[in-house]
Amino acid sequence: MKGRSKVNSTLKYDLVVIGGGPAGMAAALEAKKNGVGKIIILERAETLGGILEQCIHTGFGLHYFGEELSGPEYAHKFIELVEQSDIDVKTDTMVISISKERMVTAVNNQDGFIQIDATAVILAMGCRERARGALDIAGSRASGVMTAGAAQKFVNIDGYMPGKKIVILGSGDIGLIMARRMTLEGAQVKMVCELMPYSGGLTRNIVQCLDDFDIPLKLSCTVIEVHGTERVEGITIAQVDENRNVIDGTQEFVECDTLLLSVGLIPENELSKQIDIDMDPITSGPVVNEMRQTSLPGVFACGNVLQVHDLVDYVTTESQIAGLGAAKYISNPNNDDSRYAFTKGGDGVRYIVPQKVNINSKEEIKLYFRVADVYLKSKFVVSVGDEVLIEKRKQKFAPGEMENATLTLEMLEKIKENDEIVISIKER
Amino acid sequence: MFYDVAIIGAGVIGSLTARNLSQYNLKVALIEKGNDVACATSKANSGIVHAGFDAKPGTLKARLNVEGTKKMADVCKTLFVPFKEIGSLVVAFSDDEVETLKELYQRGITNGLDADSMEILDRQALVKLEPNVSPDAVGALLSKTAGIVCPYELTVAAAECAATNGVEFLRNCGVNSIKFENDMFILSTEQGEISAKYIINAAGVHSDDIAKMIGDNSINITPRLGEYALLDKSVGNVVNHVIFQCPTEMGKGVLIAPTVDGNVIVGPTTVEVDNKDSAAIAQDALSNVFKSANKSVPSISMRNTITSFGGLRAHDVTSDFIIGSSNANKKFINVAGIASPGLASSPAIADYVLEILQSIYDGELEKKSDYNPSRTEPIKFREMSDEQRRELIAKNKAYGRIICRCETVTEGEIIDAINSPVGARDVDGVKRRTRAGMGRCQSGFCGSKVMEILSRELNVPINEITKFGGKSDILYERTK
Repeated sequence: MKGRSKVNSTLKYDLVVIGGGPAGMAAALEAKKNGVGKIIILERAETLGGILEQCIHTGFGLHYFGEELSGPEYAHKFIELVEQSDIDVKTDTMVISISKERMVTAVNNQDGFIQIDATAVILAMGCRERARGALDIAGSRASGVMTAGAAQKFVNIDGYMPGKKIVILGSGDIGLIMARRMTLEGAQVKMVCELMPYSGGLTRNIVQCLDDFDIPLKLSCTVIEVHGTERVEGITIAQVDENRNVIDGTQEFVECDTLLLSVGLIPENELSKQIDIDMDPITSGPVVNEMRQTSLPGVFACGNVLQVHDLVDYVTTESQIAGLGAAKYISNPNNDDSRYAFTKGGDGVRYIVPQKVNINSKEEIKLYFRVADVYLKSKFVVSVGDEVLIEKRKQKFAPGEMENATLTLEMLEKIKENDEIVISIKER
Repeated sequence: MFYDVAIIGAGVIGSLTARNLSQYNLKVALIEKGNDVACATSKANSGIVHAGFDAKPGTLKARLNVEGTKKMADVCKTLFVPFKEIGSLVVAFSDDEVETLKELYQRGITNGLDADSMEILDRQALVKLEPNVSPDAVGALLSKTAGIVCPYELTVAAAECAATNGVEFLRNCGVNSIKFENDMFILSTEQGEISAKYIINAAGVHSDDIAKMIGDNSINITPRLGEYALLDKSVGNVVNHVIFQCPTEMGKGVLIAPTVDGNVIVGPTTVEVDNKDSAAIAQDALSNVFKSANKSVPSISMRNTITSFGGLRAHDVTSDFIIGSSNANKKFINVAGIASPGLASSPAIADYVLEILQSIYDGELEKKSDYNPSRTEPIKFREMSDEQRRELIAKNKAYGRIICRCETVTEGEIIDAINSPVGARDVDGVKRRTRAGMGRCQSGFCGSKVMEILSRELNVPINEITKFGGKSDILYERTK
């Protein structure tokens, strides 16, 4: 009788963190630092670290550590801390369900079927890439079309090249990074096509990954057809107008054997939807308060499952807030004197996280937001009613770069319950 | 290699026919050009089991559709294939179309359907069944015996059953030419020469090309491309029935239907094409599909598409099935022109082909004593209760490792799919058998893991694993 009783027993933890990427690790460590006893991280991959493990380029940690690290280096700083702590970790473990009562069910091939009764849960499942199916690209189902992230794993982790002549659709950061990576590995990257009139990636990545290698970035350009029956033999690209409709006559055949897609990231909230928490249709992540608590008390969310970040440094900061929030909740689950005001994207602002803020907060609150378009020589304005709380000028705002604004305690005092805190972009 | 019967084409027709023949003491080869069963028309169609009111009375299509649909539930149950008799609705948008519904109803009766299996509904009754139907809909023909089935799962299941009963499955075995010498067919194939006393030509869009090899020019396939969109499970309950519009000359038009796996399928378009080996979809395909589908259900949106695909239908110029001994050689049985309602008819077609073979066979077909009409029931972790999952993982840890997150497919299921009697040899084969890679991320996460498992189980280097055989390589050489 090997462990019959053990198999059927439910484990009890103060905090279950779903996802062992940068978000999950930072949240767990912060919770530990703030006195939480039993913590467990459940990670579906074989190791902790999340997507950072395949991001072997540098550029991580400039904000948080003040030094330039590779993805694995950044991850390992946290992995070491987790290993030194008494936080339990189960890797290769997939959470298959959570309940509103915070019962977490997971499976793996060591323990089998696992059930955990959690006082608090932190959702840190990250995001996935948009796939070809979501795009209206005509043509065959030939092999040689994959997401940039999948290609990154093949090259950096498995050590195989997924192609020799490459076109990349989408100038998000992963697409830009992979343009350089494939070039360094000897492939010919013919171009990066971007549907929008601007790149969705960080400016530094456009310079370092495309300009430095003479890879053309074609803006307002998309892929409309894939050619080839078995393996991709080429694609047709075309220019699009301001409404993103193809301009007839601009179609052009480009010979290639591979099409990599970097066309957006989608927070992986399938588990969140099981517990019916409020979701933000713009971020595709949960609606949270300033501690990153979702609409279900005791359930928190941070990292790319909450909103897609461009810098891991911000993921870390956000996750520490969630970890602290969970610690406070665990120490006193029923002590909630929150009175909320709500944030709202005004002109030129797509979304703001957190979506609601407790005006009784004893700490200042940082609001993170993204703009909807490229704005030059503009400013952002944070206001409540007619009152302007913050004004900040900037040379350039771009959708690819997350902005932030801090509500001081002084400002919070001026805000009343149910007020709307609006951030807008204005011309200077 | 010598066989009593060579079946050319391992689609749903070839595979169900192979299963039927495997009841007898016959040496049967199921010959397939591709790297797997169900890798052409049978993998990319609507998956609809039509009730049988649509086909023109007196045609083979009419007879075999009605018979096939009657047999479908039983065949699927025996083979552990999901089949759901959800019923269909042909929606009318005008009084003229209501007249068409009445004609279809009458045609159904003529074709042999039970009168109480159909009903003409007014708008109120329709909305009760389908709350999301268009405000312009005025009525519908309800057909209770229509259903949905997974076409490739049915094909895989039939082929597995056939293989368990001794049928040899020969993949990558395209037929180049056929000779008839000394009362024996000699097939020259990509895998060498194969001799057979009888041939069953179930080669789908290529069945006319195969027939020509013995001098039979009677078949003329003009392939029709159907383009589809598959929608996310989050909108899986937008319709409860198969929703048709009134049929036209070019076919049954765009339908909207739930799939047995909880997605929604929308399509097909109907485009006559020349290339029999490409099911590439056209640039405006999806917008056309949705434009037409929105006539029936306005809320359906392209934004919920997780994938789109095309499939060729083996339409013969006569518009009917062509099933029977060839005039050029009676030992050569054509099963051609199997366009819609081919899937619905398939169990009846397989029985009919057996009858034809029996009628021309030299001697008596002898039944096997140990014939098993079923197959090993595939494990589907995603459909299990927690208690069943607990027991399963306790028995075999491989079922505790989830490879495909979107569809909750375990390593154990993928290993089963590779090692089954007609096992998967490529990524698409694993996908069709297990659903790994069929979900929202479309294999973004699990693709490389599936390749690792294929590589390990088949003992070939990972960069030799293909998407669907041939030159559909995924990886090239090692990095520097």
